[in-house]
Amino acid sequence: MKHTISLLVENRFGAFDRVATMFSGKGFNISSISIGETEINEISRMTIVVSGEDQVMEQIEKQLNRLIDTIKVVDLTKTERCERELALITVNYKPGTLEEVKNVCDIFRGTIVDICNKSLTMEVTGPPAKIDAIVNVLMPYGIKEMARSGTVAIRRGEQVKQAKKEYVQ
Amino acid sequence: MSPAKKKLSGADIFFECLKRENVEYIFGYPGGATLKIYEKLFEIDFLTHILAKHEQGATHMAEGYARATGKVGVVLATSGPGATNTVTGIANAYMDSSPLVVFTGQVPANLIGNDAFQEADIVGITRPITKHNFLVREVCELAVTIRKAFYLAQTGRPGPVVVDLPKNMIASECEFEYPEKVDIRGYKPTVDGHPNQIKKAADIISKAKRPLLYVGGGVIMSNAAEELRAFASRNNLPVTMTLQGLGSIPTNGKQSLGMLGMHGMYWANQAVNNCDVLVALGARFDDRVTGKLDTFATNAYKIHVDIDPSSIDKNVVVDLPIVGSVKNIIADLDKAMKDKPDTDAWWKQIEVWKAECPLNYANGSETLRAGYVIERISEKTNGHAVIVPDVGQHQMWIAQLYNVVHPRSHISSGGLGTMGFSVPAAIGAAFAIKDRPIVSISGDGGFQMNIQELSTAVAHKLPVKFIVINNAFLGMVRQWQELFHAEKYSFTDLSALNPNFVKVAEAFGLPSFSVDKAENVDKVLDEAFAINDKPVFIEFKVSREDMVFPMVPAGASISDMMIERLNPKRMV
Ligand SMILES: Cc1cc2nc3c(=O)[nH]c(=O)nc-3n(C[C@H](O)[C@H](O)[C@H](O)COP(=O)(O)OP(=O)(O)OC[C@H]3O[C@@H](n4cnc5c(N)ncnc54)[C@H](O)[C@@H]3O)c2cc1C
Ligand SMILES: Cc1ncc(C[n+]2csc(CCOP(=O)(O)OP(=O)(O)O)c2C)c(N)n1
Repeated sequence: MKHTISLLVENRFGAFDRVATMFSGKGFNISSISIGETEINEISRMTIVVSGEDQVMEQIEKQLNRLIDTIKVVDLTKTERCERELALITVNYKPGTLEEVKNVCDIFRGTIVDICNKSLTMEVTGPPAKIDAIVNVLMPYGIKEMARSGTVAIRRGEQVKQAKKEYVQ
Repeated sequence: MSPAKKKLSGADIFFECLKRENVEYIFGYPGGATLKIYEKLFEIDFLTHILAKHEQGATHMAEGYARATGKVGVVLATSGPGATNTVTGIANAYMDSSPLVVFTGQVPANLIGNDAFQEADIVGITRPITKHNFLVREVCELAVTIRKAFYLAQTGRPGPVVVDLPKNMIASECEFEYPEKVDIRGYKPTVDGHPNQIKKAADIISKAKRPLLYVGGGVIMSNAAEELRAFASRNNLPVTMTLQGLGSIPTNGKQSLGMLGMHGMYWANQAVNNCDVLVALGARFDDRVTGKLDTFATNAYKIHVDIDPSSIDKNVVVDLPIVGSVKNIIADLDKAMKDKPDTDAWWKQIEVWKAECPLNYANGSETLRAGYVIERISEKTNGHAVIVPDVGQHQMWIAQLYNVVHPRSHISSGGLGTMGFSVPAAIGAAFAIKDRPIVSISGDGGFQMNIQELSTAVAHKLPVKFIVINNAFLGMVRQWQELFHAEKYSFTDLSALNPNFVKVAEAFGLPSFSVDKAENVDKVLDEAFAINDKPVFIEFKVSREDMVFPMVPAGASISDMMIERLNPKRMV
């Protein structure tokens, strides 16, 4: 089963590498990983999507917690959460298919961010399943290039305030 | 604002920090990147620098010192090759959870990444084998980094910490202030066990019919031997120890079943697989201990006390985890015990297993047997020595036959199994322990892996007894070849390759002995152990094809032990 793990780490030289080294060293497989700033200057958030049985997931959480630069580990799969991914997709079009491609883009609430002679690039965000869906629909037109951000995720509502007290001094 | 403080150089700050950490010894080797520190060192008198002959030697020395004392072992190596030479020592300390702080020189910060002369990304290289590591980029971060390094190395589950010091940083200046407290928000080890869990554990142990304590290195590391001894004897509980747990209680003591696992005692393994309550205390269910996992202690209710949550449920899923320091928790458990369990019948059963399959190393055969030598050393020292095995067959015979009486007195490379560990680790221990004999025992293979450090022992007149059990084979590998690899003795016969050990040791300046007959063992041991103002060397030429039994073949259940040779005609 896929799990989405949210990780707060010190925004410090090497913190990302430690997480990556842990995953490769222990033989755990990452499907996606993303890292970025948070509302607190010296803390970064990593969102890691990984699959494994329960015992493996327990080890992953413990091993992440064990890293000194790790401040907090939450397996979001166990909670209410928002999950989003961003994709930039460059897809081919012919004179006859431009409208169709634009339609697909609209249906998925995407935005066209670049267009040239034979291809256009659209930006789509949404739950990872929605990105999978648009990729499927666009496939027949010919996807030239694609970049997906990997999942970012956050807890919903009230739970957040509570949890934050634990690490903000 | 306090009045402006005097600025100190990075090198000065380095030593001010070590002074505050009460460092007595640095084990090191100089080079370009650390010259500034060595320049300062020349004037320092509150600590002693020990010049090893190889940085691996220095690192094992620091670990020997750390494990004999419980203090942090300190290493200082230069950049590049100096730093990479420490890697095996760091990995060893990581696997056995020994507290080290390893300082490495680094090229100046502005050259990092340029393939500069003697540059190695030691922080990258050691990331998976350290508890944590640091690259110090600003001299003003040096003091707080060193403070954190020592704190991390020795608290929680101990381990090695690397601090990489770029050359320019050592030379630049900053005001010095040593932080009194360390606060790392991502690092808060749990020390006290959860009271309800402890109460529950005590209840279950009280009611057990066949309880067993399975004791590991955590008990040694946290100085919990006293608490364990009291708890086990008050409740008449049998205790089996891992290789790293030896010394938690005397191996020959009333409560002890000796070591368990691959080369453990038959009765200890039987007890594990037949107990109804297994209490793991600071042990990590290593595969050498558990054998085939789905047959390991299947009927037992399992309680696991460990300070590292990641040790729990890693290999074996337990029924009752207690996270915290085993020292506190054993004491709390002891207090929480309402009734003593009735273990009389259980002890009788254990006695039956003992009689069924006693340790047997064929004493009295014509050739000198390694087991006999170990047994004589155990007798001669009354088990009071600090014994430092290397890796291989002799290591297992020591674990089986040397009666380790005190904690921190059996210092063995367990997790990594590093040949070449014994000679330097014994030297490190000898700097700390002056009132008991230090005995280094190696095989003829491993002895040659850090033999250069003999001169370090000579230089410091350390009265270490360096012993080689010479079977002219890479014995442990040979044993596997005989048992599991179709008797293809591929590259394990050293008879044509070994030097004359006595001559080598003499060249280093050690009084040296060689023994090949059982009747001479005692005499030579007496003579050698009487020399206490310098190191000595003894070679025991032993039966070449001896094997360590009993043995659990890799991947088998620990109930299914091989007791003796498959092919009896090979018996010497
Ligand atoms: C050739 C060879 C053969 C071997 N054969 C055997 C064998 O037959 N039997 C055997 O037992 N071993 C054997 N070993 C050793 C084996 O590989 C492991 O090193 C050993 O079993 C691990 O011991 P341990 O479980 O006590 O763990 P250690 O490595 O000592 O780990 C200590 C545990 O205690 C925890 N801890 C640390 N501090 C505390 C604290 N304050 N409170 C609570 N917990 C704490 C740690 O988190 C860790 O989980 C062999 C090794 C070699 C090289
Ligand atoms: C550095 C290193 N290289 C290889 C091994 C694999 N190994 C384990 S035991 C052993 C044989 C050791 O032979 P020796 O030192 O003569 O000791 P003996 O087994 O004969 O007592 C070897 C090669 C190891 N443990 N460490």
